Amino acid sequence: MRLTRRSFFELSAMAGGGFLLKLTLPQLASAQNHAANLLSPDAFVRIAPDGIVTIVAKSPEIGQGIRTSLPMIIAEELDADWASVRIEPANLDEAVYGSQGAGGSMSTPNNWLPMRQVGSAARQLLVTAAARRWQVPESEVTTARGRLLHTSSNRSMGYGEVASDAAQLPPPDPATLRFKDPKDYTILGHFQSGCDNLSVVTGKPLFGIDVYLPGMLHAAYHRCAVFGGRVKSANLDVIRKLPGVRYAFVLDGTIQPTTIVPYEIGLASGVAIVADSWYQAQQARKQLKVDWILPPNPVPSSVELNNRAHALAAQPATHTLYSEGDVTKTLASANKVVEADYSYPFLAHMTLEPQNATAWFHDGKLEIWADSQNPGSGKHLVSQALQIPESEITVHMLRAGGGFGRRLMNDYMLEAAYIAKQVPAPVKLLWSREDDFIHDAYRAAGWHFMKAGLDPAGEVIGWQQRLVTFGDGDHYASGAGIDAAEFPSGRVPNFELSTSTQPLWLRTGSLRAPGSNAYAFVIQSFIDELANAAGKDPLEFQLALLSREASPGSPAAKHPEARYTLKAKRQADVLRKVAEISDWANRSKTAGSGKGMGIAAHFCHLGYFAIVAQVSVNASKGIRVEKVWAVGDVGSQLVNLSGAEAQVQGSIIEAMSHMQQEITLANGKIQQTAFDQNPMMRLRQIPKIEIGWVKTEYSPTGLGEPALPPVLPAIGNAVFAATGKRIRTLPLARSGFHFV
Amino acid sequence: MAIRLTINQKSHTVNVAPETPLLWVLRDHLQMVGTKFGCGEGMCGACTVLIGGYPVRSCMTPVSAVADAPIVTIEGLSADGNHPLQRAWVELDVPQCGYCQAGQILTAAALLAHTPHPTDAEIDVAMSGNLCRCSSYTRIRAAIHEAAAHQTHPKTTASSGATR
Repeated sequence: MRLTRRSFFELSAMAGGGFLLKLTLPQLASAQNHAANLLSPDAFVRIAPDGIVTIVAKSPEIGQGIRTSLPMIIAEELDADWASVRIEPANLDEAVYGSQGAGGSMSTPNNWLPMRQVGSAARQLLVTAAARRWQVPESEVTTARGRLLHTSSNRSMGYGEVASDAAQLPPPDPATLRFKDPKDYTILGHFQSGCDNLSVVTGKPLFGIDVYLPGMLHAAYHRCAVFGGRVKSANLDVIRKLPGVRYAFVLDGTIQPTTIVPYEIGLASGVAIVADSWYQAQQARKQLKVDWILPPNPVPSSVELNNRAHALAAQPATHTLYSEGDVTKTLASANKVVEADYSYPFLAHMTLEPQNATAWFHDGKLEIWADSQNPGSGKHLVSQALQIPESEITVHMLRAGGGFGRRLMNDYMLEAAYIAKQVPAPVKLLWSREDDFIHDAYRAAGWHFMKAGLDPAGEVIGWQQRLVTFGDGDHYASGAGIDAAEFPSGRVPNFELSTSTQPLWLRTGSLRAPGSNAYAFVIQSFIDELANAAGKDPLEFQLALLSREASPGSPAAKHPEARYTLKAKRQADVLRKVAEISDWANRSKTAGSGKGMGIAAHFCHLGYFAIVAQVSVNASKGIRVEKVWAVGDVGSQLVNLSGAEAQVQGSIIEAMSHMQQEITLANGKIQQTAFDQNPMMRLRQIPKIEIGWVKTEYSPTGLGEPALPPVLPAIGNAVFAATGKRIRTLPLARSGFHFV
Repeated sequence: MAIRLTINQKSHTVNVAPETPLLWVLRDHLQMVGTKFGCGEGMCGACTVLIGGYPVRSCMTPVSAVADAPIVTIEGLSADGNHPLQRAWVELDVPQCGYCQAGQILTAAALLAHTPHPTDAEIDVAMSGNLCRCSSYTRIRAAIHEAAAHQTHPKTTASSGATR
């Protein structure tokens, strides 16, 4: 990461003594993709006279631990005493904090440098102030755990004692800042418990849903079950007379029917019921009768989509993302050809806290309380839609009861704002669980038609992959495109990766490790098939593929965005290490024994992960995942050891949930509306988990996502090792399997 | 209809329709927000409270049915977060998003009250009705063992306020 212009600091004295440090960095070199734009160049530190250090946590907390880990980075360079650090969540103010989104596992990589600069600058000011107070050279002043030390004269004082002096000093030039040697870290890389944990375990208000304001009313919003449907009429007169109901009205909605539904859909048409309590609003909703105008192109059924996908696969591709050599000729003459069709379903996010937002419109101003992953974009959306200048909108950022990509979209925030605009009181809009299921932005389903050729030595000489997905020509629905550099692109001499698209008329979106959570399953399972066909060990086979140089000029050799270029050595090293800790070489290989181990690896979100899964499969095809070994490479430094391991544990078990879940469509409607119809893993089903790390010289990267994708194929490959049966269709039930 | 409730050993009177679920009385009427809404159908366990020492889904429990029962919510499990489970949850950094954890902790409190030193199999049975979307299960299990090892008077601490 390089700064494009000089950075500068602003400094101001705090009322009551102490100081406040504001670091402003100019916009960093902007990246192409959405996630990489989530740059966050500012932060605040306050040091009170009693030595308490308050660090503002700028990014949305959705369970990824960022509210703890970014302040840890500042505290480390500040040389603070972690026990004296208080963490305060920021409100939305992107002019001050820079981008305040949380997505794509980008918060760590984008904030690693700026957060260290904040901490280092604050420390430098304290050192300068202490040197002046003591009349000694700055070079003789050292720091440790929130104290300044002058060893030769045996003097020391707390940061708080000199904080007011420091506030009077000119800010340091960021170019002169020095950072700690990581071997001296006392906070980073250690196990730190989350800053909100005491509030979580004692039930203090924290989450968006926990917002209660004086005079607040509660809203339920009833949308059409068919995406894009609009209210023609509703029995509002009946609803308005029901207990507790204060207001009931129709919102026209702004959704336009399009073949590619945008990330932010605008407002869904519906009926708002505003009552004294949410229970009363929901009870009234049961009496609601709505006449809907259905959209001209309702979403097709899952059966239709599947049939169309197979028909499209038989036709020429719409778009070729990358090709080299002559794959058709190679496959026609290869010693061995392996052909397999893979598919996976739509998935829902199912954050445990249903979508919600509170809004209060008064005196031309709008105040919003929401737990969005992308509050800045939400504010903009609301401003545009309701014609309220952004300067008149305040957004309070609350802790989110799960994100997983769902809260990158701000539809609930927009709905709350529309409703609040018509009600002279603060209103909390809360979605029911059913609302949450049927108005999600689903992980796109997909179909991959795979064909590969092996030479007599069992080397892969041809690879043909057709993805049938959603979109229009070479424009893909959100989360439904594939990267031309997707492994093993560029590493097979005769290669073709192409797509065919069909329209969907339904919103898709990012689900934890978008794209990768599907493609890793397909590609890493298929590579296991090839290893098996070649009669080679899957690990050795994969390492051999990775040892090939990417063809010059291929997207794999030179990705348009450099940091997304797969570094084969990193992927190989996590594979070798996971093989080592799982004793892969000595695994039992008795075919049909019902026990087996599988291996897989994947690079995404700047992180490398390799997984080995060990399963046992019973006679009724019930899979027990006994143990999972995970090895990750996210660069030179883990930020919070606890958070890092928690993200890996959660990713592994969530990946298992993905393997058994499915959202289907019929008559334009989502068919799953409750947890029992789309089950997630339960405690009794979880495997033992062992985690290892490979440290490399690269700048630290995030852990919200990269551990998840290789888990699915590792389990599938283990099931193959155990049973000789290959899982090519998800959910498991469609391949005849289930988790026990 | 005025209904008297005993929540965390304190008496409250609420004026609500008798069929109103306890969850919404706690949240919307008493603004005790530690008890969470996850599904409203008793499927996830986020709304778990203890009634008479047993875990109950407050989203499915009409408030009129628990008028005479001692109710314990997460806010009342201990005076200041010092129940062995709460301490273990913080020490092992169990919460990810944290939304399900009140329900997890109360379910575990009932388990420890009746089974002070549960085996993994007993934890499986007791805890598998509580969903964690972040899948913090590995640490939930570890924290229950940790709390079990550190509780001095399990019967009285874990069922505090829940004895008739």
